[in-house]
Amino acid sequence: MARYLLTRLLSLGLSLVAASLVIFAVIEVIPGDPASYMLGLNATPEAVAALRDELGLDGSLLSRYLGWVAGMVQGDFGQSYTYRVPVAELIGDRVVVSLPLALLALALSTAIAFPVGIVAAARRGRAADYAVMGATQLGIAVPNFWFAMLLVLVFAVRLHWFSAGGFPGWEAGVLAGLKALTLPAVALALPQASILARVMRSSLIETLGQDYIRTARAKGLSRRLATRRHALRNAMIPVLTIIGLQFSFLLAGAIIIENVFFLPGLGRLIFQAITQRDLVVVESVVMLLVFAVIVVNFAVDLAYAAVDPRLRRGGRR
Amino acid sequence: MQIVIGAALTALFLGAALLSFVWTPYDVAVLDIAHKLAPPGADYWLGSDHFGRDTLSMLMVGARTSIAVAVLAVGIGMALGVPLGLAAAARRGSWLDEVIMRGNDLIFAFPSLVIAILITAVFGPSATNAILAIGIFNVPVFARVARGGALSLWTLDFVLAARVAGKGAARISAEHILPNIANLLIVQGTIQFSLGILAEAGLSYVGLGAQPPTPSWGRMLADAQTMIYTAPRLAILPGVAIILMVLGLNLMGDGLRDLLDPRVRRARG
Repeated sequence: MARYLLTRLLSLGLSLVAASLVIFAVIEVIPGDPASYMLGLNATPEAVAALRDELGLDGSLLSRYLGWVAGMVQGDFGQSYTYRVPVAELIGDRVVVSLPLALLALALSTAIAFPVGIVAAARRGRAADYAVMGATQLGIAVPNFWFAMLLVLVFAVRLHWFSAGGFPGWEAGVLAGLKALTLPAVALALPQASILARVMRSSLIETLGQDYIRTARAKGLSRRLATRRHALRNAMIPVLTIIGLQFSFLLAGAIIIENVFFLPGLGRLIFQAITQRDLVVVESVVMLLVFAVIVVNFAVDLAYAAVDPRLRRGGRR
Repeated sequence: MQIVIGAALTALFLGAALLSFVWTPYDVAVLDIAHKLAPPGADYWLGSDHFGRDTLSMLMVGARTSIAVAVLAVGIGMALGVPLGLAAAARRGSWLDEVIMRGNDLIFAFPSLVIAILITAVFGPSATNAILAIGIFNVPVFARVARGGALSLWTLDFVLAARVAGKGAARISAEHILPNIANLLIVQGTIQFSLGILAEAGLSYVGLGAQPPTPSWGRMLADAQTMIYTAPRLAILPGVAIILMVLGLNLMGDGLRDLLDPRVRRARG
């Protein structure tokens, strides 16, 4: 297990370094100079020179990259050019919206997908299965931001159950906050739940066809008990992979959904920074999101090892 | 059955997109404020928008934008990914294989939409940059499929025969491996095509795809959002178009897989 952990940690480190290099390079190849890009066409040469100085653009490529990374490691993401506050502060304000949103959507997607997938697998080839397969086929095809608009139309415009957007802030109370995040989370969760339910179904069907399930049934276990005791745990591996990948989709999806609901999260921050050409913010928020995704996938890998002892002995998937 | 429905839906949108090159009910570049927000009827089959543009014509031209972006993105993925996958399989276990596959893992670990946003933010929003951004994330997908398919073929006798005949790895990959993994690539291509349609819609919805006045489904949705109280129809129709197109491609992909892959056929039977 120690060896497994070590190799995984090494590849985690390499991924993070590679990711930071890619992001740094993309910002670097901006046509022209980042300072004049940020200030626009009407900037005076003095202003450009001052910003170049502020951003430390006169240093060598290597020293700038190392400075950026070293700063982030210490929690210093630089200073936002437009907001005039540390980027870390901006991120801190916004992450309390985006993270709960993604987690709520993930919980919702899992809560829907598990029972639905299990029922479909248990009733394979019957009406319930066909209904699930049809509904999930449709769910996968629905763009989440369009579904979000539909939810606003029905639950905010027509029924007035929820507000059409905005976020009161957690100061207004946990319930008010959760209420504001409900429609966005449902919109994010639906397509993901469709995918997850299908994976759960096919994985469980495959497991139920294994010899050890037949053995368990021959011992006299009911179908339900055999499924619960022996099949579910073994069917979880592909399901866990998808859950890990979904977190990445949910975080990215949140960027678009936040724009539908005018939620002050990281997604709105990125878009505002893009329109205001605030590269410091863009670069840091993107790196943070990539970091989150890579770390979650690392955690999923560890979760596999916990579920499947074979993987701990260095076997490659 | 599903392949028939899927192919019919796909053909419908392809046909509408092609038709839009020569004919649309109205010119989408002409604003006709006098006829704005017309309800669906004999004049405007699906109604008109807040600038008086015909919704059906917009959807037809939008289909063209979506399909063009998605097809080109799949093309990029195949053109770069397949040779990489074939090379990795031909040199299995070598440093080349290792570098290609680790590079793949790295791209997979990136949240694609975030990087697409980064790319379009830096190079400016345009259909071309949307194609590039979506296309890059298709590369590892095709590399993986090509490598997986090729690995099992390399152990077969006819490949051994070709090696004995003195053919090099590149020639074997092109002449013997590639035709035998074409099925896999077509199925994957259909799936990536449908994901590309969704990605294009998302990017153009947030303003990072095709720029006005070029109509695109995502752009139409973004415009409709401000009028969701007065004309919800405008928000619903482009969404339905996206769903039907994606559904059609997914059904076709699943159907093709069943048809072409005997393993799945047996497992389902």
